[in-house]
Formats: sequence, C-alpha cells, structure tokens
Amino acid sequence: MSTKTDKIDRLAELTAQTETSTGHSLAYEAFRRLRASKMAVIGACIIAVFVVLAVLGPWIAPYSPTAQAWRGEVLPAQSVFVGPRGENWLGLDHLGRDEFSRMLVGARQTLLVGVVSTLLGFTVGCLIGVGAGAAATLGGRLGRRIDTVVMRFIDMLLALPSLLLAVSVAAVLGQSLTTVMIAVGVVQIPIFARLLRGAMLAQGGSDYVLASQALGVRKRRIVLGHIVPNSLSPVIVQATLSLATAIIEAAALSYLGLGNPDAAVPEWGVMLAQAQRFFDAAPMLAVYPSVGIIITALGFTLLGEAMREALDPKLRS
Amino acid sequence: MLRLVVRRLLQLIPTLLGLSVLLFLWLHKLPGGPAAAMLGERATAADRIRIERALGLDQPLWVQYGRFLKRLGELDLGTSTQTGQPVWEEFVQRFPATVELSVFAMLLAIAVGIPLGYFAARRRGGWLDVSAVSGSLLGICIPVFFLAFILKAIFAVNLGWFPSFGRQTTGLNATEVTGFYVLDGLLTGELDAAWDALVHLVLPAMALASIPLAIIVRMTRASVLEVLGEDYVRTAESKGLHRRVVRGRHVLRNALLPVVTVIGLLTGSLLSGAVLTESVFAFGGIGSFLRTAIDARDYPVLVGFIMFIALAYVVLNLLVDLAYNLIDPRVRVH
Repeated sequence: MSTKTDKIDRLAELTAQTETSTGHSLAYEAFRRLRASKMAVIGACIIAVFVVLAVLGPWIAPYSPTAQAWRGEVLPAQSVFVGPRGENWLGLDHLGRDEFSRMLVGARQTLLVGVVSTLLGFTVGCLIGVGAGAAATLGGRLGRRIDTVVMRFIDMLLALPSLLLAVSVAAVLGQSLTTVMIAVGVVQIPIFARLLRGAMLAQGGSDYVLASQALGVRKRRIVLGHIVPNSLSPVIVQATLSLATAIIEAAALSYLGLGNPDAAVPEWGVMLAQAQRFFDAAPMLAVYPSVGIIITALGFTLLGEAMREALDPKLRS
Repeated sequence: MLRLVVRRLLQLIPTLLGLSVLLFLWLHKLPGGPAAAMLGERATAADRIRIERALGLDQPLWVQYGRFLKRLGELDLGTSTQTGQPVWEEFVQRFPATVELSVFAMLLAIAVGIPLGYFAARRRGGWLDVSAVSGSLLGICIPVFFLAFILKAIFAVNLGWFPSFGRQTTGLNATEVTGFYVLDGLLTGELDAAWDALVHLVLPAMALASIPLAIIVRMTRASVLEVLGEDYVRTAESKGLHRRVVRGRHVLRNALLPVVTVIGLLTGSLLSGAVLTESVFAFGGIGSFLRTAIDARDYPVLVGFIMFIALAYVVLNLLVDLAYNLIDPRVRVH
C-alpha cells in the first residue's frame, strides 16, 4: 500500500534468501561484511562513545547539572549569557548552569528515552508480529483470517503520520518523561509487528519448517524454536534504525511542548526546546544539544544502514 | 480502471471506520473526557454535568459513537476553544497556506533530489556520490525545527536575504482569490505580491524539504544503480543505441517508478514536518494552528486535525496507487 510498508516488507524478506555456497551461516557472513564496512565502524564508534558518556556522565561532569552560578558572577558580562570560558567549557545556560555538565548528564536521559521507547515498540510489536506470523503460517484458514484482521489494523496505524500519533498519545497521557517514551514507542509498534510477521511468512515456506512439521514437532516449538530465531535479524536492524528516529522524535515532542516538564533533569531534546527561546541571544545553547542529537542519530543510522546492506544479498559484490 | 477506483474506494471504508473508532475512544480517554475537551480546562463541575447531559454522555457508548460518526459525516468537528470558530472552517481557511508550502517544498526536493541521486549513481564512489550519500544521511538526522531555526538565523536575521516570518509582508494589500498567495499574485497580475509570497516561502520550504530531499536522493540513487545493472540496459548499449537514448528511455524511466511512489507518500508525511516548520516561521497554516492548539489543549482542533490528516493521507495513498497504475504496465495487468 505505501512505501513505508514496502520498505518494511523488503527488509523482512531478506533473511529468507540464504546463500549456501560459502558454508557459513547468514549471520556470520553478514557480520563479516559488517566489519569491513566503514559506515558500520564509524557508526559503532559513535554509539560506543555515546554509551560511555551516558553511563559515566554524572561522574565525569565537572559540576552538578542543576547547580546555578551566582547571579553576580553572571551579570557583569555583556549579556546575561556566559559563553565558553576556562571553567565552563561550553558556557552557562539561561539559568546559569554549566552547559557542558548538562550535556554530559543529558546523554544518559537521551539514551534512556531512545532505548526505553524502542524497547517498548520492539516488545509489543514483536508480540503482535509473532502472533500474526504464527497464525498466518501454521494456523490454517482461521489463522490466516486473524492475521488479515490484525494486519489491517497495523496498516491503519502505519498510515498515520508518526508525529501525529505521538502527539495524540501524549495528549491522553499528560506531560511526563514516561509519556514521551510511550508516545515515541507506540509509533514503532506497527513497524516491528509488520516486519517480524513478514519475515516469519518468508521463513514459513522454507524446507526446514516443512521438515519439522513432517517430523511431528509441535507447532509452538516450530514457531518459537525455528521460525522466530531465523526471522530476527531484520528486526534487529530496524531496532538500530529506530533508536535514531526515537531520539529525534522525542526532541520534536519536546519542541511541541509535550516533553518532560521536569526542567531539573537535563535531556538534549528538552534542552534544545528551551534554548529556542533564547536563540537570538545565545544560539550556541541550541546548537550543542542539536549537535549531540544529530551525531547520535547519525551513529545509529550509519550502523543500521550498514547492517541492512550487509544482510541484503542484492548489494553483495 | 473504473473498477479499480471503485474497489479501492470501497477498501477505504473499513480503514476510515477503524480510524473513527480509535479517535472516538481516544477522545473518551482524554483527561476529563469529551466534556472537558469541549469546555477547556477552566470548566466547573456543574458545567461539566450540564454539558454531559446535554451531549448525551450518559447514554451507552455505542449510541454516542453513532452520534460521533454522524457529526463527522456532516463535517462537524466541533468548535475551537481558542478562537470560538468551527474547527472545520478554521482548517479550510488555513489549509491553502500549508498546501502551498508543502507543494513548494516537494517541488524543491524533486528538482534537486532526482538529478542529484541520478548523477550520484552514475558516478558511484565519486565525490558527488559520497557527498550526496553522506548529506542525505545527515539530512535525515537533523531535527526539522532545528534546521528551520538555523536557516532563519543565518539567512533571515543575519544576512537579511529573506523575511523571517509570515506569508506576506504586512500592509501589502494583495487581492485574495484562491488563498494560494503566489498563485493569487499571478492570477490578478500583481506580480510584486506573487514575488513577495514566493520570497516568504523559500526558507520554510527549504527546511521542510530536507527530509523528503534526503529520501528522494537515496531512493533515486539506489533505484538507478539497480537498473544500471539490468540486462536490458546492457542489451540496449550493445545494440549500439545512443547513450542518451539508453539513459533516458531505459534507465531513467524505469528507475523513476519507485521514486514516484515515494514522492506521493512523502507528500502526505510532509504535513508532520509542516507542524514543526510552520511554527518556527509563524507561517499561519494548519501546522502553526496545531502548535498553538497543543499549547492551549484545544482538543476539538486536535481531533479534527488527526481526522483531517488521516483523510488526506488515505486519499493521497489512493491517488498514488492510481498514478502507479497509469505509469507501470506491469501493475495494470493484475
């Protein structure tokens, strides 16, 4: 119906096309190609740095992210905003807090929002996907009918612009950090559901499924022990890409005034949204969190795209 | 063709019905329910009870849903709590601005994206290819509203090349015919007004075009690369056909099929980006209206907006499918 679904379906079919010539498993081959890809290495390095910062941030930050500099110290400067200087590498924000420390501590919140929302979309989406996929491959006529109904619903959700879906979820749940995570996560559910179901359908016709059926293996065992493990790689690729969109989408929600209302907790999206108000006086305050968001999103996108390419037999040379 | 149109239109019905159920439930789950949604945040408890009775909210859910559906059918989306005007009228009044911006952004993305993607694929691995690919990756990763802010700061505030907000210089007194200001200027012969509106469009359109541009470049590039490897291209070349003929007729024409689909669907998703871009440039379309509606918890506008966008999205999908049928003979057979 749409390219969004086309793209998902294409990714879903990838694992079904196995190559037997090399004698190695598909995952091994993909990993080998991945290591040789410059994109993947750069992406992985960015992610590694980001994760280290997110974990260690609060300990290596020179100041507390909420400690405010004295007003008397701030005012003598020409503007209210203090730019970069020896003791504050990135200057102070609009409340006199050390921007560098806030960036470091904020990395953790940003990662948390990205990971939790993607996990939510991943888990719920995969549960729906496994159900629909199992019903479609082994459930007989009734199963196929259930699958059709579920997928119609999923396609309907996919048809809505994601930001709009997130805004409506946020409107129901009120303003909080949890809301942002849920809103961003809900958007991902239909993508994961459709992806896993498609991958399972592609696996469903393969010989080993037929063989296990002939051997009398129980259906639950075929689905959970054979089909699902073989269908997971496109889902993992999508999860990596989703982390990037989740971080950007969370920032957009913050900008629309639906972000975390607790200003004491630094998070890049919220910091960016707040800095917009002082853009004329201190544009750099908006630039720092943006650069953080862009580089992080780029890291996940690079790794995800490289993984997709590594899995895609068409792009192999 | 007609049968296809009818079939696709019939397929729309369950989708739209499902959406309306979702929206109805959503409205019920809102803090305070539909009564609060109508009255806004400052309603007293007595007001609420009165309104709930007047609206029939004490009746069974399915009766309420029936009424909700009937109102939707009559395009009655309620009244905006911010302006006191019917939501539908507010939308109709603001829609041209958003359409104008989206169309302009899309044209920009197509005009730059397709040639860029094509030449990047032709010289795979060259500097143009590398910068196009990395540029498009970057384009997807930059938050749209941040890009809008940067563009505004550089080109409007610092350099002063473009206006920083609005659709028209105030006090211009241009005649309004269709609501599309550039078109209006051309229709009435007020060329200065058309130019003025166009200049106002440049920066918001650039910001809005960033994501579609990135996607179009990547799609075109991938698609051209795929087609270049096809046997029929080699055959055409070995037949001794002129290079230009092969490129135009065999490569480009086949490569653009998937790109056309993407373009159609991106147009629908532009509306999301328009919310963010319009509010940065105070553009006065439904995007900036929604932004203020979110701030003011103007639920009738939110519900109306979702239904409106969903409808636009679904109709766009249909049009893309039909267009695809016209372009691609292989699809037509099935």
